[in-house]
Amino acid sequence: MRKQLCDALVARAGKPDMVFLTGDLGFMALEPLQAAMGERFINAGVAEQNLVSVAAGMSRLGLEVWTYSIAPFLYARPFEQIRNDVCFHGLPVKLIGNGGGYGYGVMGSTHHAIEDYGVLLTLPGMHVIAPVFDEDVGSAVARAGEATGPCYLRLGRGEPPKGFLVPAYAPWRCLVEGEGAVVIAFGPLAGTYIETAKARGASLWAVAELPLDASPPPAALLAAIAQAKFICIAEEHVRQGGLASALMLHLALAGVAPRQISHLYARAHNFGRYGSQGYLRRQAGIDPASLAAALDQG
Amino acid sequence: MVERKCLTPADFTRARQRLLRMHFEAGVGHLGGNLSALDAMLVLFHEHLGPADPFILSKGHSAGALYVALWSVGRLGEDDLVQFHKDDTLLAGHPPARGVADILFATGSLGHGLSLAAGTALGLRLLRRAGEVVCLTSDGEWQEGSTWEALIFACHHQLANLTILVDHNGLQGFGSTADVASMSPLWDKLQGFDLDVEVIDGHDPQALRAALAVRPNRPRAIMLRTVKGHGVSFLEGRMDSHYLPLSEAQYHQAVAELVAR
Repeated sequence: MRKQLCDALVARAGKPDMVFLTGDLGFMALEPLQAAMGERFINAGVAEQNLVSVAAGMSRLGLEVWTYSIAPFLYARPFEQIRNDVCFHGLPVKLIGNGGGYGYGVMGSTHHAIEDYGVLLTLPGMHVIAPVFDEDVGSAVARAGEATGPCYLRLGRGEPPKGFLVPAYAPWRCLVEGEGAVVIAFGPLAGTYIETAKARGASLWAVAELPLDASPPPAALLAAIAQAKFICIAEEHVRQGGLASALMLHLALAGVAPRQISHLYARAHNFGRYGSQGYLRRQAGIDPASLAAALDQG
Repeated sequence: MVERKCLTPADFTRARQRLLRMHFEAGVGHLGGNLSALDAMLVLFHEHLGPADPFILSKGHSAGALYVALWSVGRLGEDDLVQFHKDDTLLAGHPPARGVADILFATGSLGHGLSLAAGTALGLRLLRRAGEVVCLTSDGEWQEGSTWEALIFACHHQLANLTILVDHNGLQGFGSTADVASMSPLWDKLQGFDLDVEVIDGHDPQALRAALAVRPNRPRAIMLRTVKGHGVSFLEGRMDSHYLPLSEAQYHQAVAELVAR
């Protein structure tokens, strides 16, 4: 999604109050943005704590500040700076984390971001946007740009099957209609499930924004959940603090009781072997085959 | 620009007394680092900072001195100070995130302020706006790696609109800076960077005025040699002044010492 990100930001770069801070990343990707923004494109170096506080200082002056790095370098290292300097002041700093989930695959666990939105959503006012498809990135950038508070943009890699017509961006989208089980998946993972859901007669919903207070599930989905024999919630994120726990609380408060549920989630960083994002998804049990197995059992 | 009157010794004493009373009435400590930083903050707010000059207190545990400095220039009221440290107050033990116009950022976790100041300084430059950003750090917080990240950034971007003050009182949370993690002398380390460094007596108003009056064309650090607990004999240079509240007898003795000075 980096190409789409760069295009969307270049289109926005005419705004004189826009500033972009990168943590020394973007080589062979963000050069057009650098050229478009001039002095307002700042490589803040390998110093993410400073980067986030600098962003807060600029945002406090009214500048529209975007920050960018490999996801864990941007939310884990400078967590206190995000908490104290950005969120405590409700500043609309935009945090763009590349490689959400196992996106950096064989690069190793230091580069994986599988507890990002769970951690960040504990902070006041934080809004999370995870584009599902490459085509969503323009809308996601526009929504982050309009956000009046802190915002985390979790980038991954859109993986719809060939020929799939990507529907217009929305925080909740039904990607596959079906009469059987209900599958609800967060971010790009949803795109990998399209064929499996179709083959099993399941409906498939993609979620792109959290928290649910700001982007609640649509009534049609709640009705489907109430009717379905089996619900599967999937996310490339650890079990704690993820979509499933938020959604189940939301359902409980709404008086909706699913009959049977399954949760597919990212396992902790304790694999003995490394591999691609696809390999790690298989290891974690969140790949399409694992979904198929869950649907067959459910 | 409005011509401002220089502070008199009586002004310093009055502020110092108010600081002690505020802490005594609230029953809280942290006096040592407040007394070491108060003189610099008084000179800043009375004589140096203009309306376009942001001030960031990186050593948030000196919030009391900041509140008293703002009170002494009429930007906080007596009714604000009496609420210090109480339930439903704006004036917490460390600077609040909202509600006081002159306080831009909630600080208290060390190592944040200089980055916030650097971002503010570069932001002003990008906006083509005037204004000098002044950031007051402690000496202990130079043990935070993020403070050095901020210094590298400020020097690299040649933020000539940034002034760093270091309250160099030599004592930190659980020992002296020399005993805990010595960089002594800290100013030698700073001189390796591309910024102006000056070392002055942080309790000498004339030295503060003279140092602040210089406007170099690059960032600058003014190292304030200060005394923790300055002005109160039984607090000066003592670790416990970082934590312990004053007893009633100590409070009266401290006030008597200030009046006698």
